[in-house]
Amino acid sequence: MKIIVCIKQVPVRDSQLRVDASGRWIQEGDLSFEVNEPDAYALEEALQLKEKHGGEVVALCAGPARASQTIREALAKGADRALHIEDETVSNWDTLGLAKLLAKAAAAEKPDLILTGLQSDDLGAGQTGVVMAELMGVPHATIIMAVEVMGNGIRVKRELEDGWFQNVEMPLPAILTIQSGINKLRYATLMGIKKAKTKEVKRLTPGDLGVSATPTAVIERVYLPQKGKQTQLLEGNAREAAAKLVEKLRFEVRVI
Amino acid sequence: MSGTILIVMEQRNGAWNRMSFETLAAGQQLASDLGGTAVAAVPGGSVGALANELTSKKLALVYAVEHALLAQYTPDGFTAALEGLIRQVNPAYVLFPHTYQVRDFAPKLATRFNQVLISDVVGFRVDSGSPVFVRQLFQGKLNADVKAGGSAPHFASIQAGAFRAEQVQEGSSQVETFAPSVDAGAIRTKPLEPFRESARAVDLTAADIIVSVGRGIKEKDNIHVVEELAKALGAELAASRPICDSGWLPMERQVGSSGQTVSPKVYLAVGISGAIQHLVGMKGSKTIVAINKDANAPIFEVADYGIVGDLFEVVPALTEEVRKVRGS
Repeated sequence: MKIIVCIKQVPVRDSQLRVDASGRWIQEGDLSFEVNEPDAYALEEALQLKEKHGGEVVALCAGPARASQTIREALAKGADRALHIEDETVSNWDTLGLAKLLAKAAAAEKPDLILTGLQSDDLGAGQTGVVMAELMGVPHATIIMAVEVMGNGIRVKRELEDGWFQNVEMPLPAILTIQSGINKLRYATLMGIKKAKTKEVKRLTPGDLGVSATPTAVIERVYLPQKGKQTQLLEGNAREAAAKLVEKLRFEVRVI
Repeated sequence: MSGTILIVMEQRNGAWNRMSFETLAAGQQLASDLGGTAVAAVPGGSVGALANELTSKKLALVYAVEHALLAQYTPDGFTAALEGLIRQVNPAYVLFPHTYQVRDFAPKLATRFNQVLISDVVGFRVDSGSPVFVRQLFQGKLNADVKAGGSAPHFASIQAGAFRAEQVQEGSSQVETFAPSVDAGAIRTKPLEPFRESARAVDLTAADIIVSVGRGIKEKDNIHVVEELAKALGAELAASRPICDSGWLPMERQVGSSGQTVSPKVYLAVGISGAIQHLVGMKGSKTIVAINKDANAPIFEVADYGIVGDLFEVVPALTEEVRKVRGS
């Protein structure tokens, strides 16, 4: 089974974000980056499927040069090789443009299965996998919590709202968007890290793929959200703040 | 009908998804801001009764989009049916409630029109004749103003709680049946019956006080810190998704879009940053308290009381203070 996993590099979760001079994106210069968390679960699922059914896992990433670090980590965890669509502006492409890039690169590999995280921690549009499926003409399912291979197809467990689930069957090739928590993430071993250095990373450009950015959703401005509520901040050291909160809970909220 | 806003309502087995009415309110407002008209669509197997309910709303028309193959949701079936409707109605904007089902097919539908779904919209305003949609980035840490590019139709999905169902404008309308062409052979996925993993042993919705814990707790061995606070307060213990994903607390204690929706008297969020998926499950709480080391965490946008600090110092101090007051 040949599996492609689409991964994205995003700022680390605890980053202090500042709006850049253009007012349309964040200052990236002083940030650290990591793999988008749901994509890490997609990679893990691909590696587990390969361990069960054999085949190959190919990591596919569209991102600037700095994304090669995240690609190396995927190789160190066990991906066999990688495709890096390298472009310094690609972070600012909208989902349609990005999905066109990924779909073009993925289709050339003729995979049986494509996995990606259900959404990215930065843009959070949650659409890349679904749009790729439409562009590639293959079936898909989203927010997946289990994948089972059955003959020429798969059965997957979709998460629905409010604690409900649903199994869905479909033929291959197909695209799945993976939910965080589907499996337990592995760490890269020392051996894996060593091996990663010798694995193939093929570099492509949007030009090679014949895709250009055609924005249909344009970010005009990014900014700190306005507070919906006036928060009373309780100041002081931990003990003082705790005492103030208990006062509020006793005399204003009246629950103690 | 250019200037038409098409609102796609969601139902399952004849019952509305309540978010549909928030989107209906949003669509009516957008239509009035743009000087256009709002129409609604109800896709499904047999939706006459539900479509009729909408005839008392301020809508130019209600489309009952009916086909036997839509009785059970599939992305292929819904995309084909709504593509047909959109080509007939030719709307300027198509709005959906941002549900799990919409996330599954609306991006595919938008792609058919060479468009992107502007997803998870929390508000909009009209700026020189076209809407500017507000959506969240970076798990709610930043907002973005987004404008649709390219040619109509444009697509957007509306986040839960962003608009109020009570603001749906009454009026009078009529139902038109739209019989889409859906080919059984084109439906590639086979959905089975929805199910729940197990009966829910924990009903968080009955709790007066909930102490909820997030990533800030760092590791499983630290859970006792919040457990003791919950005990002192006589509260139920709950968690954000990552905590349950990691198995540190059982899934049945999860609050958020994939877990339970709660509205206790007090919701105490400890080390929870406040991603939208969590906020939709708890922002109806009467009083919200947030304890977080990051003063910019989105949880403070909904909090009534906040303590910016290290939870490992604040929570034990709070537990002690509560015990003192309660005399236990």
